[in-house]
Amino acid sequence: MAPSAAMAAAGTAAPVPPPIRERSILYLDGVTVSFDGFKALNGLSLVVEPGELRTVIGPNGAGKTTMMDVITGKTRPDSGEVFFGGATDLTKLDEAAIANLGIGRKFQKPTVFENLTVFENLELALKNARGVWRTLLASLGGSDRERIAATLATVGLTDRRDDRAGSLSHGQKQWLEIGMLLIHDQRLLLLDEPVAGLTDRETEQTAELILSLACDDRTIIVVEHDMEFVRNLGARVTVLHEGSVLAEGSIDHVQNDPRVIEVYLGR
Amino acid sequence: MAADRVTSLLGPRGWACFLGIGIFLAIVVPLLNVLPAEGSPFRVPDYLVPLLGKYVCYALLALSLDLVWGYAGILSLGHGAFFALGGYCMGMYLMRQIGTRGVYGNAELPDFMVFLNWKSLPWYWWGFDHFAVAIVAALAVPALLALVFGWFAFRSRVTGVYLSIITQAMTFALLLAFFRNEMGFGGNNGLTDFKTILGFGMQAPGTRLGLYIASVVALGLGFLLCRFVTTSKLGRVLMAIRDAESRVRFLGYSTTNAKLFAFTLSAVLAGVAGALYVPQVGIINPSEFSPANSIEIAIWVAVGGRGTLVGAILGAGVVNAAKTWLTGAAPELWLFFLGALFIVVTLALPQGIVGLARQWRERRVRPPVLVAPGQEGE
Repeated sequence: MAPSAAMAAAGTAAPVPPPIRERSILYLDGVTVSFDGFKALNGLSLVVEPGELRTVIGPNGAGKTTMMDVITGKTRPDSGEVFFGGATDLTKLDEAAIANLGIGRKFQKPTVFENLTVFENLELALKNARGVWRTLLASLGGSDRERIAATLATVGLTDRRDDRAGSLSHGQKQWLEIGMLLIHDQRLLLLDEPVAGLTDRETEQTAELILSLACDDRTIIVVEHDMEFVRNLGARVTVLHEGSVLAEGSIDHVQNDPRVIEVYLGR
Repeated sequence: MAADRVTSLLGPRGWACFLGIGIFLAIVVPLLNVLPAEGSPFRVPDYLVPLLGKYVCYALLALSLDLVWGYAGILSLGHGAFFALGGYCMGMYLMRQIGTRGVYGNAELPDFMVFLNWKSLPWYWWGFDHFAVAIVAALAVPALLALVFGWFAFRSRVTGVYLSIITQAMTFALLLAFFRNEMGFGGNNGLTDFKTILGFGMQAPGTRLGLYIASVVALGLGFLLCRFVTTSKLGRVLMAIRDAESRVRFLGYSTTNAKLFAFTLSAVLAGVAGALYVPQVGIINPSEFSPANSIEIAIWVAVGGRGTLVGAILGAGVVNAAKTWLTGAAPELWLFFLGALFIVVTLALPQGIVGLARQWRERRVRPPVLVAPGQEGE
């Protein structure tokens, strides 16, 4: 953990450092999920500090995607605690409510709305009212258009603005999806394999993009297979294995951990 | 701002087509029925007016299905139920208008209730002497059913083929219920033998023309309303739900509410279509609830091209005109034709007639060789 950052985030009034859960942005304790007897998560505990960039690695079936499903409300844990911002119990909320709290997710397989244009994809992600009547009568304001233009520039899709999202290349879809998270202005971004299927050049660009996004009021968790990419991010690494945390620390630390080498890197 | 929104529902050419076709159907056709002398080749014969009116009601019904199927991806195979419920509401009003002119001459009860030895009017028939009550009911009853049914189905995340099957079950259950005499809706005979609507004789050419024009106006307004929804941000949310529903939830939208809105609005449009249909055909009976009817609606939409609104209207017109002609010329061929149509549309015309027109236009405008690499990357 980074104690100084954590204390700063927790505020100056507290005379003693607040407990771990309260100063965290994301707090998982003893989370267990089983499907037909198979434990996809087995007592998983994980704490992420506000403003942190965290990478999560692990072999196939380690529970990475299930962890994301639990955080975003797609899957309810059988037991364990999941808290956002120290106080909000995520296990009580559905996907839409969790998204509106400020948790955004990019899927492993890029999921954009293929029959809408790039512009319209971003329009739907804008941080505006989500109710039925409000969306029926919504009109795009000047500031909304500026935000969309700025986001298009950030993810390099300005000249594809009016094309159907289905006509984008794989890498462009990945970026459009990241753009949708950015424009939604989420506090916690969960990126599931953001460089899967990208070329080396695109992978480098994506690493730069993610590093430029990490800031004090935005926490990013990246789930990844690509070790080179994880090294480029230079962030704290959590290694999952069989549904729980095997090791945690810098990339060099975990790469030299004999247990990690045995289950993951050595193979 | 609101005026802008209305004028931008269609492009300049779209408005020209809309107004042109609207004027033709709502003004020119009635004039051609009234002005040319009997026997003139330009005269629209009297028998054609209610037939066209029926097609227009079917078009409105198809439009309502396209809103949920073409945009929100909800393939309802029970839309005939909303249509029939709207029709029954209108039928109840028309029954009450018969008064003492029925076979039994009973001012208090419709004939079938006298026949069943009922002593008083059931509570759910109260108020149907009034046209306004019948109209409100024709909107509210389908809406309420859609709201309750949709709430349970969408909240439980029933989608795709499972949803289609339970909508079939819904309309089948209503079919069985309305067949029962104890329900108080005339059993398998349904409601018929209507005399007047708003004081005008049902058989009078003027009444039939009036009902036809009302149907055309309802279709026009229904079309604009659907355009308003589908061109709004909500319309884009619905299309996003159709393509990737769970992704929409992770963006923070309640997909249940958006689908419920579209489904309920669609049921209201179907109810209006039913309410206009019944006085023009002169009868409403439980067969309108039959599952096959609802499937036929989906065929109209598929033939015309779903997710286009115009296609639904076109498909309803084309298929029903073919049905009228073929059931007259070679009645035994109709079902084979319908089956063949469904196969041809599925295999050769996935986008329907409208999609075919679009393909041809694109081929003419843009020769395929000139597509620059990278512009058309899949």
